[in-house]
Amino acid sequence: MATEVHNLQELRRSASLATKVFIQRDYSDGTICQFQTKFPPELDSRIERQLFEETVKTLNGFYAEAEKIGGSSYLEGCLACATAYFIFLCMETHYEKVLKKISRYIQEQNEKIFAPRGLLLTDPVERGMRVIEISIYEDRCSSGSSSSGSSSGSGSSSGGGGGAGSR
Amino acid sequence: MKDCEYQQISPGAAPQPASPGARRPGPAAPPTPGPGPAPPAAPAPPRWSRSGSGSGSGSLGRRPRRKWEVFPGRNRFYCGGRLMLAGHGGVFALTLLLILTTTGLFFVFDCPYLARKLTLAIPIIAAILFFFVMSCLLQTSFTDPGILPRATVCEAAALEKQIDNTGSSTYRPPPRTREVMINGQMVKLKYCFTCKMFRPPRTSHCSVCDNCVERFDHHCPWVGNCVGRRNYRFFYAFILSLSFLTAFIFACVVTHLTLRSQGSNFLSTLKETPASVLELVICFFSIWSILGLSGFHTYLVASNLTTNEDIKGSWSSKRGGEASVNPYSHKSIITNCCAVLCGPLPPSLIDRRGFVQSDTVLPSPSRSDEPACRAKPDASMVGGHP
Repeated sequence: MATEVHNLQELRRSASLATKVFIQRDYSDGTICQFQTKFPPELDSRIERQLFEETVKTLNGFYAEAEKIGGSSYLEGCLACATAYFIFLCMETHYEKVLKKISRYIQEQNEKIFAPRGLLLTDPVERGMRVIEISIYEDRCSSGSSSSGSSSGSGSSSGGGGGAGSR
Repeated sequence: MKDCEYQQISPGAAPQPASPGARRPGPAAPPTPGPGPAPPAAPAPPRWSRSGSGSGSGSLGRRPRRKWEVFPGRNRFYCGGRLMLAGHGGVFALTLLLILTTTGLFFVFDCPYLARKLTLAIPIIAAILFFFVMSCLLQTSFTDPGILPRATVCEAAALEKQIDNTGSSTYRPPPRTREVMINGQMVKLKYCFTCKMFRPPRTSHCSVCDNCVERFDHHCPWVGNCVGRRNYRFFYAFILSLSFLTAFIFACVVTHLTLRSQGSNFLSTLKETPASVLELVICFFSIWSILGLSGFHTYLVASNLTTNEDIKGSWSSKRGGEASVNPYSHKSIITNCCAVLCGPLPPSLIDRRGFVQSDTVLPSPSRSDEPACRAKPDASMVGGHP
């Protein structure tokens, strides 16, 4: 098993997408952006429950930090109001800074944890903050040498059949 | 049947980025339900062969397109997607015209006299207020109100599968609502058939702009945009400052006319400055509605409600016997005001200036991507047409 192969670009190119799992939002605390930490059964054989939960909890922590209401956010809001909101045109808000941190974190988690397991997280901001999209890839090199073998082995038979028919 | 319609749309929505003409995938894409499973197969081969050939060599231009150019809602974009406005800008132009005319007339015909007779502070205060009003108005109109992007094909298919699994009966379409507990209060989330998702709490679909907007307040034709999560504070600042500006101009014009008419006939004074009379009339008629609106929105801000929720009476205590309170309120007027007006400003989610991910950029995953997403709709469509 070649470990060097598993960077993100390689994963996208060498593996075929089998299915996607969507982690939904958790609204129990209101409209603040939080995601459910319930472990999806599709990932059962792919990743340890603990690793997954840790990642989602860290993400939730970041979002809570971004949407925290407190002294600094009030200061930012009042400052913006005092400048007739022109400051938003040239200043990066606290929220945007945290979002950058989140996308860096997701990139890092993808490289360290998810890509070696044939998974890929998509930044929720690209999906309207509604879901965390986890793409599950079938590795062609390791799981099946021929594409037909992998397609028959994949979970959704009609999906695999369509992929094989296109080639 | 409704179910079936949706599933036909979903594969039709997939080629949307590839075809520049079809902005709205809805009714136009799948009009031929003739010979059962044949239609989905018919458009498929050319697409796959095109992406499979690698070089593309298609009839399409190679220019990468930005997301605002294929945006599905009824918005108009300017300056390469940096500015956006709702479809009809006529009333917005009227608002601009009224504000600009009134203030312009005030500066030309009243300010010189008042500055000479009373104090220079009058034009300065008016200028500051006018600047603030215009800034807030333009920001309300031209920013994204908090539009939620529509679900991707895969996300919609996964959701559809989930709905199908929960609803057991085959004939009636399963209920398209989901119940969540928010701060101890049961809230129903409705499914949006246009955006293919369950609307998050406080989100509503604007029928004018055809978008789901977060913390939807109302669609305001006067500012030419929806008022939602991202521009409510601009909107509130706009109406509050506009009521100050209108009151200020009104008071100044009355003072002007009174000072002028001292020692002479009042009617002749009116003839001397006809512009002031026009300002007086505009201000007199607009100030009541503006003041009322600011008062109403102050109440909404203090109780952390939206106009939409207030009109529907979502949290009025009479409903359903048991007392229901607004689950989003912070239980204190000051905290509510601060949270609504000075809370963190969420970013725009529609990424207007981003580039459309075309099929040809990443040939391998996108090709295998399609069948995985299309598997479900295809299979059930065959079942739908025996």
